Parts: sequence; C-alpha cells; structure tokens
Amino acid sequence: MTLELSHLSRRFTDYPALDDVSLVIAPGEFLALLGPSGSGKTTLLRILAGLDYPDAGTVQLDGNDFLAAQAHKRKVGLVFQHYALFRHLTVAENVAFGLRVRSRKARPSRTEIAERVQQLLKRVQLDDHGHRYPSQLSGGQRQRVALARALAVEPDLLLLDEPFGALDAQVRVTLRRWLRELHEDLELTTVFVTHDQEEALELADRIAVMNRGRIEQVGSPEAIYQQPATPFVCEFIGKVNKIPLTYANHRLSAGDWVLEGDPWNGRHANVVAYVRPEHLSLVGAHTESGWAARLRHVYLAGSVAHLELYIPSIDQTLEADVAGEDVAALGLQNGAELRVAPRGAIVFALGEQAGDAPAGRWVWQA
Amino acid sequence: MSGPRRQPHWSRRIGHLLLMLAATAFLTIFLALPLAVVFVEAFRRGLHAYLSAIGQHEALMAIRLTLLVAAISVPLNVVFGVAAAWAIARFEFRGKALLGAFIDLPFSVSPVISGLVYVLLFGAQGWFGHWLELHDVKIIFAVPGLVLATIFITLPFVARELIPLMQSQGSDEEEAARVLGAGGWQMFFRVTLPNIRWALLYGVLLCNARAMGEFGAVSVVSGHIRGLTTTMPLEVEMLYNEYDYVGAFAVATLLALLALATLAIKALLEWRYGDEIAAHAPGGH
Repeated sequence: MTLELSHLSRRFTDYPALDDVSLVIAPGEFLALLGPSGSGKTTLLRILAGLDYPDAGTVQLDGNDFLAAQAHKRKVGLVFQHYALFRHLTVAENVAFGLRVRSRKARPSRTEIAERVQQLLKRVQLDDHGHRYPSQLSGGQRQRVALARALAVEPDLLLLDEPFGALDAQVRVTLRRWLRELHEDLELTTVFVTHDQEEALELADRIAVMNRGRIEQVGSPEAIYQQPATPFVCEFIGKVNKIPLTYANHRLSAGDWVLEGDPWNGRHANVVAYVRPEHLSLVGAHTESGWAARLRHVYLAGSVAHLELYIPSIDQTLEADVAGEDVAALGLQNGAELRVAPRGAIVFALGEQAGDAPAGRWVWQA
Repeated sequence: MSGPRRQPHWSRRIGHLLLMLAATAFLTIFLALPLAVVFVEAFRRGLHAYLSAIGQHEALMAIRLTLLVAAISVPLNVVFGVAAAWAIARFEFRGKALLGAFIDLPFSVSPVISGLVYVLLFGAQGWFGHWLELHDVKIIFAVPGLVLATIFITLPFVARELIPLMQSQGSDEEEAARVLGAGGWQMFFRVTLPNIRWALLYGVLLCNARAMGEFGAVSVVSGHIRGLTTTMPLEVEMLYNEYDYVGAFAVATLLALLALATLAIKALLEWRYGDEIAAHAPGGH
C-alpha cells in the first residue's frame, strides 16, 4: 500500500497548520514526522487517521481516494500521545474494543476475540494484566496496551503520536528498540510523530522534517544529518555552529578560515556556514586556513569531549567534539591556545527575508 | 520549641465554644427546626389523619401530576443537557458563549418571570393565544404549560454538570473509539456515556429535585385548578391558605422526604465518585 499525499493544506483560524505538503509513504516503511511543536506534524497524522480533514489536497492509497473513507474504514491503528485508553474498561476490554464494535457479520466470535486479545497482550508482554484497569498501570504499560489495542484491528498503517513523549528516559530506549522489532515482525507501514531528533534518527527509515506547516526535507536519517537541505534542518537536527561568511576577492571566508571560492560569485550577500561540532578539528600551527582559538571549557562526556572554543577573529564561541582520549593525550586545559579548522561545512546563501527558502546550498569539504 | 504544650488561654477556649454554639443554633433554627415542624405539624392529629390527608383525591392527583411533570421534563432535559454539553465541550463554533449564557438564563431569571413569559406567549391574550385557541390547544392553565415551565427552570442542571467534566476529559478517548471502528452511536454508548455516567446521574438527581419542588414558575402557569393543574408545592400552598394545616404539612412531608432522599444519594455520589463529578455543582436552589 503506497500512500500518496499531495498538496495538503489545512488552516486553523489563526495559522496554517499544513501548507502545501506532499509526501509519498512507501509500503513497509518506518517514517518519522519530525519537527518542533506547531510545525503541523500532528495535524498531518490526524488527517491520515481520519480525525481531521485538509482544506485542500488529496491523499491516495494505491490510486484510491483515502480521505473519502471514514475513520473506521481506513484500517489504520492510532496510538495517542497520552494513550487515550478507555478508563472504564479493563486492559483486555480495551484491546478487544476494535473487534467488538464491528458489525455482526465481520465480528469474530467471543472466543476468537478472547484468543486474539490474549495473543496481543502476550506480544506486548502484558498477558497477566488483562483484568486490570488503565489507572493501575505504569506509563510504559499503558503505552503497550494502547499499541495492542491499535494492532487488534490488524491495521495496514500504524500511526503513533509522540509515542515515547510521556515516558522516562530508560523505558523510552527499551520501548524504541522493541517498537522497531515489532514493526519489522508485522511488516506494517508505520508513521510516527516526534519532536525528538535523536528518536527519529535512531528509529526511522526515513525522516520528514517539518517546520511551520511545510516539509523542509525528506530523506534517510543519514542524508538529513549529513546533507541538510535548509538552515532549519541544520539547526533542528543535532548541534551545529552557525558562522556568517563574508565575500571578498572572489572567495568566502570567516576570519582566518578561507573557503577558496564561491559557487554564487558574490551574488548573495547573506551567506552562512553550518559546521557540526564533530567536523571542527584541532589542527597544527602551520595550517593556513583556520582559526586561533582559546579553550574556555572542556566537558568530558564519556568517550566524547565537548570543547567550548572562543575564536577572537570572528568574535564567536564555537563548539567542537573530539575524542575523549585526545583531550588527555594533548593535556588540554581551560585557557589553552589552540588552532582549529572545519573539515566540512554546509554553506547556505540565504533568501532576502528570514523564513524564505535558501537561495543556494554548497556542501563544502576541506 | 520545646517544653510542655501550652493550654490555649481560657478566653480563646470560650471564644471557640461561643462560635460553635452560634453555628449550632443557626443550623437548628434555620434548617433542623423547619424540617421538624413539617413532620410535627403533619402528624399533629395522628397517623390516621396524616394518611387520610395524603389519601385525599386532590392530594393524590397532585402527586400524580408532579410525577408526570418530572417524568416528562427530566428525560427531555437529559437529552438536551447531554447534547448541549457535548456541543460546548467538543466543538468550536460561533455563538458558543451565547449558548452557554442561554443555558444559565434560568438561574438568573426569577422563576415568576419565567412563568409569566409563557403566559405572554401562549396565554389567551398572548402572542400565540389566538392561534392556539383556534386549534383547540390548551397550554396555559393546563399540563403542557406546567411541563414547559418546569423544563425551562431545570434546563441548566444536566448541562452545567457535564460541561466541565467533558472539557477536562477531552475527546481523545472518543477519537480513539472512532479510529478503532466505532460508529457515532457506538462511540457514544460505549465511551462517552460510561465516562460521564456518575456526573449525569448527579445532574439528573438535582434536575429531578428541582422539577418536583418548583413553585414560582409553575404557580404562574398553573391556574390552580384543583385536581387538574396543581402540583405538590401548589397543593401545599392551597391547603395552607384554606387552614388545612394537617393536609398542607402532610403533602409537605412528601416533598421533604424527596429532598432528604436527594441529599442522601447526592452525598453518596459525591463520596463514591467525587472525582468524576464536577466540583462546582450548579447553584440556583
């Protein structure tokens, strides 16, 4: 089942929640909708679930109009952010709900339902919790009940709204892996919404990064991270240093760092380089292009050390990640004078106004 | 601080005592005594007189009429209240605030005015009076008028009880039911209704107590036709005005018992399902 979303728009009274969104969801894929709150990702999910409708645009499932089908005919499973378990029903009754509300012809027999529920509870490792009520479960258990309930109707498409948002860090990591395995076991198409980039990078086959109702970029986690299409994606995914560049003598530079050339030949005045902390490395004193830096702080986080560097020639504080053992080997201490240079950067020529699409992108390598 | 616990000063203790006495006296004079008077006066001439007072044809007709009016207006208000609460708690629409204000109107308008409005609309001299007379429909000074006035007076009870609860519960569970394949009615009966059942019962209870006890609005539209359009509160007044104290208080005991039963069930509901019942119950009576 290939889902094809084209030119979806949805306006709420005061702001556009979706603004001309097009996206193709391939069968069996694990897709993350990633973005800050208010970026439209949940609206998109609700439209797929049949709980909201776009003002314009279409969704087609293998060429058929998906939006014309009512919520309960779409074969969609939805897991809500706060689970939305039926508080007056037991865990088993919650899971059975989707089967019990079927018309008499389509409804499995009582014993079949009971069997199916038991299987699903086993799958989510809650087989001895069937008679409990949602209020008697922990957050992680509720989450799994919600998942079992969604899976009971044997959906083709599983939708998850911030599935790990309300859980503590440890439970979250375990559930993430488990969900990934489940997705592969059941050969589902899964779409999940998250604002947590780490979650999206770890779990998804593909990520759609959303901002202000638009999709900024769709791609593999690798592509999103290494080759961000827009400054927003750069800044939203991972940590990044933002360095304004100046154009002079047919080349771009920032202080003593020279990029040799300019693909736009000076046509754009507002050019910015984004350098990931791990792409900023310590270099020898003889290197021509690079900055003199003063080490302000070293934060040792296990195998990686985060360096906070002040660069006088551009009057900016940058962050660099180096291997923890290098810090020890070089005997780095606060206040040390160093030389650093970017190994790679993504350079954007920005539009006239903030929020405009970038006028150009240049993947720069040293 | 250490050392032996100090006894409160004697003047403070007397102050406490006086306060408690004052509160007890107040409650006794304004609540307990009137209630006691009702029963004492009703039984002043003994059980036999009491029973025969209640067994009077007019009294029985008044009881029947009161039950009939409540039996019509309470279910209608349940339907309206649930629908209005759903509309207000679940949807955004133009005029939502206005609808809320309309629901509260009966609380802010004097019951006598409410009754009078119906007389002005449907009475012989009223707007629709001529048309109604032509078609031989009697509303004022008849049972339909009593029902209309009672519905108006009790309009807010169910809706006001449900709105805050439904707003705080949100629509997630209902949406989950939809996505799981439930139709509209299935969603309502399997998810919405169970979630609001205790608050609904609470609202029905208050609504019923008011429907049976209403005096002002009903008095205006009733016309006081003995045995035909007098509900229990009206019957009490008429008997009293006729110096039939035992009869008046005998019927009044029934209303008092209704009040006590309502109070008991209300307390039980609040104690058992307090978290599912809106904290601020509607005022008004």
